[in-house]
Amino acid sequence: MSFLDIDNVTKSYGNVEVLHRVDIDVQEGEFLVLVGPSGCGKSTLLNMIAGLENITGGNISINGRVVNDVHPSKRNIAMVFQSYALYPNMTVGQNMTFGMEMHGIPKPERDRKLADVAKLLQIENLLDRKPGQLSGGQRQRVAMGRALVRDPDVFLFDEPLSNLDAKLRVDMRTEIKKLHQKLGTTIVYVTHDQIEALTLSTRIAVMNKGYVQQLGTAKEVYDDPANMFVASFMGSPSMNLIPAKIVEDNGALAAEITDASGRPVRLRLSRDGAGVRAHLERRVILGIRPEAITDAEGADRRASNLQVLGNDVAVTEPAGSDTFVTMTLSGKDCIARMRADAEARAGAHFDFTVNMDKAVLFDPETEERIDR
Amino acid sequence: MAIATQDTAVRTGRITRTFIYVVLIFFALFYLLPFFIMVINSVKPLSEITSGNMLALPQDPTFAPWASAWSTAQIGVEATGLKPYFLNSILMVVPAVAISTALGALNGYILTKWRFRGDTILFGLMLFSCFIPFQIVLIPMARILGELGLSGSLPGLILVHVVYGIGFSTLYFRNYYAAFPTELVKSAMIDGAGFFRIFWRIMLPVSGPIAVVCIIWQFTNIWNDFLFGVSFAGLSAQPMTVALNNLVQSSTGVKEYNVHFAGAILAALPTLFVYIVAGRYFVRGLMAGSVKG
Repeated sequence: MSFLDIDNVTKSYGNVEVLHRVDIDVQEGEFLVLVGPSGCGKSTLLNMIAGLENITGGNISINGRVVNDVHPSKRNIAMVFQSYALYPNMTVGQNMTFGMEMHGIPKPERDRKLADVAKLLQIENLLDRKPGQLSGGQRQRVAMGRALVRDPDVFLFDEPLSNLDAKLRVDMRTEIKKLHQKLGTTIVYVTHDQIEALTLSTRIAVMNKGYVQQLGTAKEVYDDPANMFVASFMGSPSMNLIPAKIVEDNGALAAEITDASGRPVRLRLSRDGAGVRAHLERRVILGIRPEAITDAEGADRRASNLQVLGNDVAVTEPAGSDTFVTMTLSGKDCIARMRADAEARAGAHFDFTVNMDKAVLFDPETEERIDR
Repeated sequence: MAIATQDTAVRTGRITRTFIYVVLIFFALFYLLPFFIMVINSVKPLSEITSGNMLALPQDPTFAPWASAWSTAQIGVEATGLKPYFLNSILMVVPAVAISTALGALNGYILTKWRFRGDTILFGLMLFSCFIPFQIVLIPMARILGELGLSGSLPGLILVHVVYGIGFSTLYFRNYYAAFPTELVKSAMIDGAGFFRIFWRIMLPVSGPIAVVCIIWQFTNIWNDFLFGVSFAGLSAQPMTVALNNLVQSSTGVKEYNVHFAGAILAALPTLFVYIVAGRYFVRGLMAGSVKG
């Protein structure tokens, strides 16, 4: 029995189904991130867990209790909103204890918990201020503090960092992760930022168009994407998706693509299971992460299948820690992520090293993986 | 070169500004002049008015006209002055403003934070009451007051003003609350606050500016109303505006212009007072309500 059980949940507005049979089990202490583009249904799902939206079909249970018809305040959850949703007329302290006050918890206990959480988040000096007098980062802390004092079964975060500037966002991200490790609470976290999803989660549910596309750890989702949507959504720059053909090459299977001048190039595949074999002589999509294409020196030395691919360099973009090198493969722009000192020059020929262990194959029609 | 350009810009600004001030002062004087005439003539003996110049300053200032207008002038058949009617107006305006504002706030809260099917249509229908001319509702209203047994009474008059005021007060509060983040309400729901608790603890404390707008608007309208007062109020419940009319229109004896002026100022004082006390919130609140929503 899982701690938070989302069991075949659907959501419809009138005749329009916006969430289709979502099935996720969350264990106690897990950090589940719901990630996807706008309109994928992730916030709707979160609001359904919170009780702010009705559930059309299926069940949601928290800590062994079905909460479909339970009022939000009685689900023992706490939510941190994107806009922080601090009550403007109350001080920070009043904001944080309002929930406990509504639940009839006596004042001494409220004050004790407030003091504990304020200390944990280092906001003791802000307790008498109004939200209007706080900076974005401070408001964010207060919003989290308000959730923490409730001591809930499940924390719900609705894009809590998207209103912060870039630097603060990274700091708060680390802080949320620390807090989770320290308190071991169960968290469901909604974001559209795949970096946040990868860094924070213990598991990620990648959502699109009301479907959960893939549910797994950051590594599973990143290295082993279930379909082309997950492959292109997770990771920045996103995975190169190159039209290819499966061919037999000296007894092994290879993906045939064309280089910048249109000559065919064959890359031997590391995985040649039945799914790939079934696509022999057929068109597929070859997916390669930018960091799996490097110069010879930067290649992963533990990889079992490194292939050299000579091609013309179209553009190089030095980005400090990395250099991004763009080339054309099968008529598509393809980005390689190299170490800063890689010697690729725009317009010149370069020998790229491709780590085919990391390559994945998709069916161009169904967009599903074929080599799993 | 750069400095010269800047200098020109400043000078242009100064000319425009002077022009704006001249226009503003002209219109301020234009609007203040009638009030000035009312004030100076209300403290003149009648002889000074009848003998000639309305614009002249009083030679022999006296507050007798004010005292007369307040407590001894002939209103209709009795020489009671405006005092009892002033009281009537207060007794009518205060509850009518309070109730219509409170209901407007509640309506605005429901129409924005507890949305339901058809809420925009309902709101649209309520807005009709802002635009329907008073005259149209006179007869239905008289009939309803009769059914309720409130004809000619002060409570009846209050009911009429409340019903008529809800449209505007709902409009104000709905637009104000539309800009109020709904996440706050959701957050309060999760915190365990119910319908009225959210209204009382979260919404009302931030409603100051729009409440002031609504109160000024309702106060001014209800205080200045003549038609409903003259149609629905019995002799004992007549408001100030009706009494003032009776004072000025009285056909017996000499027309005491100085008393009329004093009475007119007395009738206008409460709205003036409310505006001066709360006026700066008025502009602020109008802005706050209209920028978003």
